[in-house]
Amino acid sequence: MEVLTRTNGREMTLAISGELDHHGAHGAMQQIDHALDAALPLSLTMDLSGVSFMDSSGIAVVLRAHRRMAALGGSLLITGVPAQARKVFDAAGVPRLVTMQ
Amino acid sequence: MKKSSNYIKLEFLSRSTNEGFARSAVAAFASQLDPTLDELGDIKTAVSEAVTNAIVHAYPDTLGKIVVRVRLLDGGVLEIAVYDWGRGIADVEKAREPLFTTGGEERSGMGFTIMESFMDTLKVRSRPGKGTVVTMRKRIAQRTGRA
Repeated sequence: MEVLTRTNGREMTLAISGELDHHGAHGAMQQIDHALDAALPLSLTMDLSGVSFMDSSGIAVVLRAHRRMAALGGSLLITGVPAQARKVFDAAGVPRLVTMQ
Repeated sequence: MKKSSNYIKLEFLSRSTNEGFARSAVAAFASQLDPTLDELGDIKTAVSEAVTNAIVHAYPDTLGKIVVRVRLLDGGVLEIAVYDWGRGIADVEKAREPLFTTGGEERSGMGFTIMESFMDTLKVRSRPGKGTVVTMRKRIAQRTGRA
């Protein structure tokens, strides 16, 4: 599980890679929290194209980012969702809450 | 009771690092049914949810034993049973409701919903203080026209 951060002013991109399960999600959430606290972005893009496996732990990670961006008055966009992860998001109705490309 | 033509049994400690091992081992066993990549993804996801539930909820403050038994049944049916001897679930119906969780902000409460939608059947038996068995089945369709 790896989280790479790229910031450009108040725009931030987080590229997440590896297996996003319960084992990996805790560390990913902490890294995302730290990145958001440091930059206070108004626009956050989470790039999931490097995620090789995701279960419902990934839903918790995305919903947490969604809540945090709402609190900052900013926006969240999820990109590069692999097919397996997409199925998990769809089963939980996450695309109704969060914008996914 | 359906006849089983092959089975495996995995026993491991409830450490989160074993989540990846469990889903990969079950997927490797299931591959003899020649599933599609999509079906393999469904199986891995469902196993991950069931094993994570045991790690997080059955043994919240301790480490305990988890057993995963996988059987091949007649008609290309894969049966996965995840056993723990942990805390148990007081109200199984409530636990199966979408968004219900006792796991705090780090859990989504969607584990059972995902197991249900990715597998054909899901059965949960639990006794508080004794443990839980989650049994899931999925039929892998025979594909024709393959070399």
